[in-house]
Amino acid sequence: MNFPILSTIIFLPLLGALFIFISNKKNESSSAIYISIFTSMANLLLTFFLWYSFDKSFSGFQFIEEKNWISGLIKFKLGIDGISILFIVLTAFIIPICIISCVISVKKRLNEFLIAILILETFMIGVFCSLDLIIFYLFFEAGLIPMFLIIGIWGGPRKIYSAYKFFLFTLLGSVLMLAAIIFIYWAVGTTDYTEIYKLKIAKEYQYLLWLAFFSSFAVKTPMWPVHTWLPDAHVEAPTAGSVILAAILLKMAGYGFLRFSLGMFPIASEFFTPLVFTLSIIAIIYTSLVALMQDDMKKLIAYSSVAHMGFVTLGIFTFNKQGIEGSMFQMISHGIISAALFLCVGVLYDRTGSRMIKSFGGVVNYLPNFSLIFIIFVLGALGLPGTTGFIGEFLVLLGAFKINYLVAILASTGVVLCAAYMLWMAKRVVFGNTNNTIVTKLKDINFLEATILIVLCLVSIVFGFYPEPLLNTMDISVNGIIQNHQNELTVNLINK
Amino acid sequence: MENINLIIPEITLFLGICLALMVGVFFKNSFSIVMKLSTLILIGVIYLILTDWGGEQKIFLDSFKNDKFSDYFKILILVSSIFIFFSSDQFIKDKTLNKFEYPIIIMFSILGMFFMLSANDLILFYLGLELQSLALYVLASIDRDNIISSEAGIKYFVLSALSSGLLLYGCSLLYGFTGSTNFDEIGVSLITQNTGAIFAMVFILVGLAFKVSAVPFHMWTPDVYQGAPTSITNFFAVVPKAVGLAVIIRFMDLPFKNIIEEWQTIIIFISIASMILGSVAAIGQKNIKRLLAYSSISHMGYALAGVATGSVSGYTSTIIYITIYIIMNMGTFACLYLMKTDGKYSEKIEDLSGLSKERPMLAFSFLILFFSLAGIPPLGGFFAKFFVFMSVIESEMYALAIIGLLTTVISAFYYLKVIKIIYFDENKVKFDDVRNLSIKATIFLSCLFLSLYFISPSIIGSLLNELFI
Repeated sequence: MNFPILSTIIFLPLLGALFIFISNKKNESSSAIYISIFTSMANLLLTFFLWYSFDKSFSGFQFIEEKNWISGLIKFKLGIDGISILFIVLTAFIIPICIISCVISVKKRLNEFLIAILILETFMIGVFCSLDLIIFYLFFEAGLIPMFLIIGIWGGPRKIYSAYKFFLFTLLGSVLMLAAIIFIYWAVGTTDYTEIYKLKIAKEYQYLLWLAFFSSFAVKTPMWPVHTWLPDAHVEAPTAGSVILAAILLKMAGYGFLRFSLGMFPIASEFFTPLVFTLSIIAIIYTSLVALMQDDMKKLIAYSSVAHMGFVTLGIFTFNKQGIEGSMFQMISHGIISAALFLCVGVLYDRTGSRMIKSFGGVVNYLPNFSLIFIIFVLGALGLPGTTGFIGEFLVLLGAFKINYLVAILASTGVVLCAAYMLWMAKRVVFGNTNNTIVTKLKDINFLEATILIVLCLVSIVFGFYPEPLLNTMDISVNGIIQNHQNELTVNLINK
Repeated sequence: MENINLIIPEITLFLGICLALMVGVFFKNSFSIVMKLSTLILIGVIYLILTDWGGEQKIFLDSFKNDKFSDYFKILILVSSIFIFFSSDQFIKDKTLNKFEYPIIIMFSILGMFFMLSANDLILFYLGLELQSLALYVLASIDRDNIISSEAGIKYFVLSALSSGLLLYGCSLLYGFTGSTNFDEIGVSLITQNTGAIFAMVFILVGLAFKVSAVPFHMWTPDVYQGAPTSITNFFAVVPKAVGLAVIIRFMDLPFKNIIEEWQTIIIFISIASMILGSVAAIGQKNIKRLLAYSSISHMGYALAGVATGSVSGYTSTIIYITIYIIMNMGTFACLYLMKTDGKYSEKIEDLSGLSKERPMLAFSFLILFFSLAGIPPLGGFFAKFFVFMSVIESEMYALAIIGLLTTVISAFYYLKVIKIIYFDENKVKFDDVRNLSIKATIFLSCLFLSLYFISPSIIGSLLNELFI
């Protein structure tokens, strides 16, 4: 197939943003809304088509596109496998939801918001498609600019502090990765991922390079102790910003671990596994405890994100099929459920201007439909069987038990703690007595809000009962990663 | 018979300056005519250089050398000067600096730079440098009724004269210890054991570091940037810096090529110091011109990091860096010409607050330019840094690379501060609606280049490919 479908998917949103930019008029946003919804939906359809025509029985990269970019040095190379396709679909799926939620809740400078979201979509899909480290870095970093503006322009009272913290933390982590990438170029002679995968990086370099990549991904994941930017960014960002941040931006790091850390540095990955396990366990337990004490719903969900991403990193570094597939599943599931939870908080925030748990109570009496959906997502977040959350956590724990009992048992406490803070929050917000008169005057969710939440709800439940399509898509690629990892370790042992 | 063709651009430029001077003297209110004439002369010189673009040739007992390297830089400074002429026209008139001397002095400094770039001999080089400096002293204080501008001029004059003195002393030492003033001959006879010549190298390097305002010889930069009128600052930020770097590369590549280990340490130190000081000191600035001064100091640090490698790929990366740096600065200074309230030009960063609501296009230009200055992908500034660090890591200078990359994070902080003021703060000052096509065209071209550079990042590199062969 010669049609460059990946480039189309990457650059279509940018084209949409350009159209909005050209047709931009002050105080007039209907055309911008139509353009943005149209492009994002078209992109979603394209990714569905991509998923449909994706060959699930082939472990290598598909739809490869290659162009000369920096002559003689670097090629612009795109391609996907069973891992990246799922993230591309997730991104393309979340963006239209964000756009609709913006249209509902953003009051000022909507056109610019839509432009920022579409540009961000380009960069995020680019991250998942790129097969060259430099291109990957380019997209990975470029996403900072629109996100910085989204937090800074449309954010809450402490938006400036949060925007800075987000930008500088992530940049600081990433520059080391840039140094590592350039080093790889001179050490291996290429930054083409598929070539590096074949040529292998010498063992003595792997440790430092792994750490450099880790510094970037750990900040982005975020892992304890560099997670502190996330609660701030989440709390201050507008609803759509939080949704993108939780659903997709965090997944770029998980994807990075899986693709680059495991793929390029298998020996170092094995060596640093205890470090990752320790940090993940601390993240799971510590941030769950912190989440228990939060007054702000968004902050609570933000801390729960850190805990859930702890499961993800834990699963990736078990190096077995259950663990890695569990992590993948957990990332997709978290992408859907946390996005939905942020949207739910956004619904309440749009109506009352407050996100504090204590200013609500007895919401179920006045917003019954909303409460139903909200409770479903709360249950999904704590991993109730029948939702996607369960399958992810279950598989990760299964993988962890295979490796190390202690780690698995400690991680399991996270599941209990998660149930504790989620249910306690739900109890205080949805049930109980209404101690705030504003709540009594609230209207239930409208058609648009209901649509996007129900869609998310359906996705979560359908894949919760029938995870086969997702697992099936990633299966061969995950096997490939594990195979490569074990081969490398055996080679290393023989050399010793 | 010497091949006089080689020096025709310089002769044309000189005759053109004389003509412009005559026109300026004999016609009343001749500013606009002289300005147009000067632009025409510069365009003509570009044409002459382009027609003779080619291999290396030397004349006048090998003291004058024309090669692709010098031609490239000559065209670079000519094009940027033309853009400065165009975009600062309105500013000059508003500030009543529209005296015909203004373009003429700029052209004289360009003439000096031409000789610096083409010099293959210490004497010719020094003469060119002095012609350039003399013109720059006058330019710094051209707003003579303004006390800050005069102060800037005097400060620049005193410090620059000192550094020129050091440089001249270095040149004489070099002659004394190697017995020649010709770059090629010095390059052959200079060896590591020649301690006296190494002293000479240090003195020359000090003089040159002053010209590109690298730390610890940067003290004049913020004051001169702030004191001089914006159009002159624009010129200072762009043209002499490019020439200074070109000359540093020339010196390192020719006369000092055998003592690479000696000068490498110095350049690494200067580079790291500039990066750190430039990024840290800029944080507290309230005046945008001072901010840009410190930003240019740190940019010089990155550019010198490419020189520090001492390899052809390093030099090439420095030239790419300086080219993109020029484009970014042209755009940024053109934006400053639009910061005008009630007919007065404003320089406070604070006055930009909330610009994005009043003037979305200007704010967007600032956004692109400042993120590009900060080196965030996918904008042009990122690739400038990328190529430099590429060559630095190639030469296995990891400490320099890591420090350089970390300082980009620090410097990102103050660029973000400006973006924050423009986009996140509430509107305070209302800017006049300046309708000036040439300013807007400059900003537009600069932003267009920076935002589309990622499509083909090797475009400058392929131009430079044969520069050192």
